[in-house]
Amino acid sequence: MRKRKLTDWGLKGWLYLLPAILFLGFFMVYPLLDVFIYSFEEGYNSASQTYYGVGWYNYSYILHDPYFLQAVKNTFILVMITVPLSTGIALLISVALSSIKTLRELFQTIYFLPYVTNTLAVGLVFMILFQKTAYTDGLVNLFINWFGGSSVDFIDGPYSAKMFVLCFYTIWVVMPFKILILTSALSSVNQVYYNAARVDGTSKIRTFMRITLPMISPMIFYLVITGFIGAFKAYSDAVALFGTNLNAAEMNTIVGYVYDMLYGDSGGYPSYASAAAIILFSIVLTITCINLLMSQKKVHY
Amino acid sequence: MTDYGEIEKRAKTRKTALNTITYILLVFWAVIVLFPFYWMILTSVKSYSAYNSEYIPAFFTLSPTLQNYADAFTAVPLGRYFANTVIFTVVTTAIMLVVITLAAFAIARLDFRGKNIAFVIFLSLMMIPNELVIITNFVTVTNLDMRNTFPGLILPSVTSVFYIYLLKENFEQIPDSLYYAAKVDGTSDLKYLLRVMIPISKPTLITITILKVIECWNSYVWPRLITDDENYFLVSNGIQEIRENGFGRENIPAMMAAVVVISLPLIILFLIFRKKAMAGVSRGGTKG
Repeated sequence: MRKRKLTDWGLKGWLYLLPAILFLGFFMVYPLLDVFIYSFEEGYNSASQTYYGVGWYNYSYILHDPYFLQAVKNTFILVMITVPLSTGIALLISVALSSIKTLRELFQTIYFLPYVTNTLAVGLVFMILFQKTAYTDGLVNLFINWFGGSSVDFIDGPYSAKMFVLCFYTIWVVMPFKILILTSALSSVNQVYYNAARVDGTSKIRTFMRITLPMISPMIFYLVITGFIGAFKAYSDAVALFGTNLNAAEMNTIVGYVYDMLYGDSGGYPSYASAAAIILFSIVLTITCINLLMSQKKVHY
Repeated sequence: MTDYGEIEKRAKTRKTALNTITYILLVFWAVIVLFPFYWMILTSVKSYSAYNSEYIPAFFTLSPTLQNYADAFTAVPLGRYFANTVIFTVVTTAIMLVVITLAAFAIARLDFRGKNIAFVIFLSLMMIPNELVIITNFVTVTNLDMRNTFPGLILPSVTSVFYIYLLKENFEQIPDSLYYAAKVDGTSDLKYLLRVMIPISKPTLITITILKVIECWNSYVWPRLITDDENYFLVSNGIQEIRENGFGRENIPAMMAAVVVISLPLIILFLIFRKKAMAGVSRGGTKG
């Protein structure tokens, strides 16, 4: 009796899991194994599905491709600028937001808006704000002129200007998530600590450094890690600003390189794409591990 | 006596100063966030000739026009992109809800051999980045001749391990006694799931739905890889297509009208479900 019941249960449980298992197996587990196989198949031809040999050639090709090196450089600059800056600004805004009562909900709602907007669509607005064309210098250049600077083309101009827009837009896009996480972290700090500090007459800055910061450090750390991972995968922000031909704009990212290798005018090379994707994730994994190690010293749980 | 008054006064001025700085900072960031929205709406109601004759951009317009919106729907197939995205979003979200509810129910409520192993494997799948599996998926879908079809667009994104996990946590909070009571009454498992667990977990399901809808509406990479026929473009690809080959590079007001049309549905949805969306994102959203 008991045994029969057990087998009944077993079948039923797996039956409920079946759709999820099928989809995950087909679109996640199998592709994960396959991407490693692709990355070692040399001279893979997607039309005939044949390859010459097995080895490290794809990796070596990628690492000698100037477009890939450009993409790596761009991605690293983007990560190193946007992650600290966006986390810092988000912290500043969240602290300001937590210290007020009037209009707080309104500000929170406004700050969240970039999260629900289409990256490609709003990127177009940023492009128009920053672009300098024959017809107009654009709005940002108008401001620059007011302050006595000369116009710069941020979209088709010098590298540093283009990188500036990309970083600016990336920060604009990632900010809602960070502000949201930090404001809820700040509101969950126990008021008892603040009251104690006030009784002791502790200054505001000292209270912040000694109480607030340590109490929310796990959340800051969480944001830094997800920020690194997200910024390394940057792609659609760049497309939104500079169009699909990112190599020509010198603004490609590693993920962009993967997709370019896969599809489009320069596409048809899943092996190169796989090798590049695997290199990207080794980088992300390494940096996440370094972050984790560092956090053990700094973060107060 | 006077000293105390002095000190109190000074403290008060300091507090006001700090308050002012705080509000200036908050308003400054609010302007940065809102300005692109203002600019896209403003530009979308400027007429084509007015916009192109402004060497120095004007901050307002005295003669707004809706002509650009008409152009956006007639000169390019914006309506088609829009309808495609609605179909894609609704179908993907609906299938996903069924798949994850069944899976979460099995893990949270049913007992069967190998359950723990299955759950551990599920959890480890959470760490796999999409960029790593998309390459093979692209090749698979291409080989199955599913490019430029809705199944090709939809099927790879109908499961989410993370949402299974979120829902499972929620299901587990429902007391066991309810389940045994239902069993005694002869209620089947499926009926119990439909009549008891789903109604109780409605808030979580709504949160998951909102997050998934946002994700679907904004998805760009997979649709771009899998469609090259304009009839199957979603709004993200559509706007990219409009930008590169649409109205001609100069008709920026019409482009902005398209951008407004694309952005509006999610913003309205967000304003309706503001609290739920924000709570959901702080629990399980990542973007950037």
